[in-house]
Amino acid sequence: MHLTLEFGGGLDLLLEKSTKVHQVDVQPKDDEGKATMKGLLSWVKSNLIKERPEMFIKGDSVRPGVLVLINDCDWELCGGLDAELEDKDVVVFISTLHGG
Amino acid sequence: MDGGGGGGGRSREAVAGELERLRAEKKELDLRIRLLESELETCSPAPASSAGENACGAGGACQTRRGFAQDDALPAYMIYRYSRHLLLPDFGVEGQRKLSSSSILVVGAGGLGSPVALYLAASGVGVLGIVDGDDVELNNLHRQIIHQEAYIGRSKVKSAADACRAINSSIKVVEHHHNLKPSNALEVVRKYDIVVDATDNLPTRYMISDCCVLLNKPLISGAALGLEGQLTVYHHNGSACYRCLFPNPPPVAACQRCSDSGVLGVVPGVIGCMQALEAIKVATDVGEPLSGRMLLLDALSARIRIVKIRGSSPVCTICAENSVFTQEDFQKFNYEAFTSSPMSDKSAPSLDLLPESARITCREYKSLVDKGEPHLLLDVRPAHHFQIVSLPRSLNIPLAALEEKLPMLETSLKETAGSSDEQPSLYVVCRRGNDSQSAVQLLREKGFHSAKDIVGGLQCWAQDVNPDFPAY
Repeated sequence: MHLTLEFGGGLDLLLEKSTKVHQVDVQPKDDEGKATMKGLLSWVKSNLIKERPEMFIKGDSVRPGVLVLINDCDWELCGGLDAELEDKDVVVFISTLHGG
Repeated sequence: MDGGGGGGGRSREAVAGELERLRAEKKELDLRIRLLESELETCSPAPASSAGENACGAGGACQTRRGFAQDDALPAYMIYRYSRHLLLPDFGVEGQRKLSSSSILVVGAGGLGSPVALYLAASGVGVLGIVDGDDVELNNLHRQIIHQEAYIGRSKVKSAADACRAINSSIKVVEHHHNLKPSNALEVVRKYDIVVDATDNLPTRYMISDCCVLLNKPLISGAALGLEGQLTVYHHNGSACYRCLFPNPPPVAACQRCSDSGVLGVVPGVIGCMQALEAIKVATDVGEPLSGRMLLLDALSARIRIVKIRGSSPVCTICAENSVFTQEDFQKFNYEAFTSSPMSDKSAPSLDLLPESARITCREYKSLVDKGEPHLLLDVRPAHHFQIVSLPRSLNIPLAALEEKLPMLETSLKETAGSSDEQPSLYVVCRRGNDSQSAVQLLREKGFHSAKDIVGGLQCWAQDVNPDFPAY
């Protein structure tokens, strides 16, 4: 399936050339063969994150302070790790900012 | 006794003239009263909290009804000043009246707080409270547009309050000359209707959110860093609090600060303007506030995304119905320990990785340079830092690339040694003396046993050795 992945709030620094937007074709399968966020997270960790994976992942989820948005909606409202993805979904990972 | 319609023996013209004179006098008196009231706030030597008490009365919520005619029509001076607000069908007299009766606390008079305070003052909020414990510094001015050069070294709150009074002498501006802490936050926040979080650090953000939940105040929260900004309204119309969204704090390494990572001046300006807008909407109950949604600004690509976020969590330790978190708990809560971060943007956590033998001070380094001791100076700051300013004849290999560029370092050391058999000394410097320690640790592991770190980095160099060296 085709997904648009975006990284913001400094998470882009963990990726090659600090690229914010990634157009990817993946089949993010979890243990049960479903295309879930859980499967996508492990795909992102192995394929996109180039340094300090602990700045992105903690356990099997994102680290504290990272918001995950599926088609502009908080993933907590769509099932979190179990949220099922569809073709052409846009998934945004954004680290919360504290400056001012 | 027809007298052309005049009464009581006086001519119509005389009465009209007298009326005109009295009205002008009343207007003049009203203006003087407002000025004196606002002066009383500024010159009160009592702690800011008691000044706030005066501003708001004993009734908890700050409701100023000053200046209103009995029939609730706006007084004349307001009609002209705010006429462009009054002409808006969606805002109008009702909106202006609510705004002028509301009290808003702006926490932080920095990059975000500058436009927030300026716009709230200009729009005619009833009481504007400003909290900040810092002084104005030259490197604030590119973004903290409320401050002027003449105020450098003086209190930010004083500077911001003066600027707001200069724009609008008819509102009440309350100065809180200290940083918000668990011990004083409840007392300060209690006196306002709405709170604007315009701070620059993580523990303060958790603290303000908890405080607003305990006192049931809507929180207009903005943040900016680099070229990105974020904005939402917490604890309003069933929206989440900061803890619902972020029950656990991020790791310290993920907490970037403006003083390390930089920020383009306009970015907090944009977010701050929108915070002022949301505060006005909440105060006047006009439009749809940004509660339950978050605005994400990417200034570099000129993209704004507004996303739907979770509501108040039923298991939130602070705002859930069955929460047991009390005001007493709040006052004892250690927010710096909870987040492992200081309640300031400036105090960087400093490392202590190396034995004394692996370090030298800036003064010691200066004297060996003066003696002409052969050595290599390695600067491990990122390349864009190195471009700002550097010490003469230093070699730049950023810490992140050091391991892969060790052969390059080896070559440079050999060149420094020249024909001499002796291995030249290797000194490592960075901005504040943290990265240089990590670098020396790595270098010693990799066999560069002579590597030493220059304690305190370029910051100390500027302080102790060369005051003309530009700090940044």
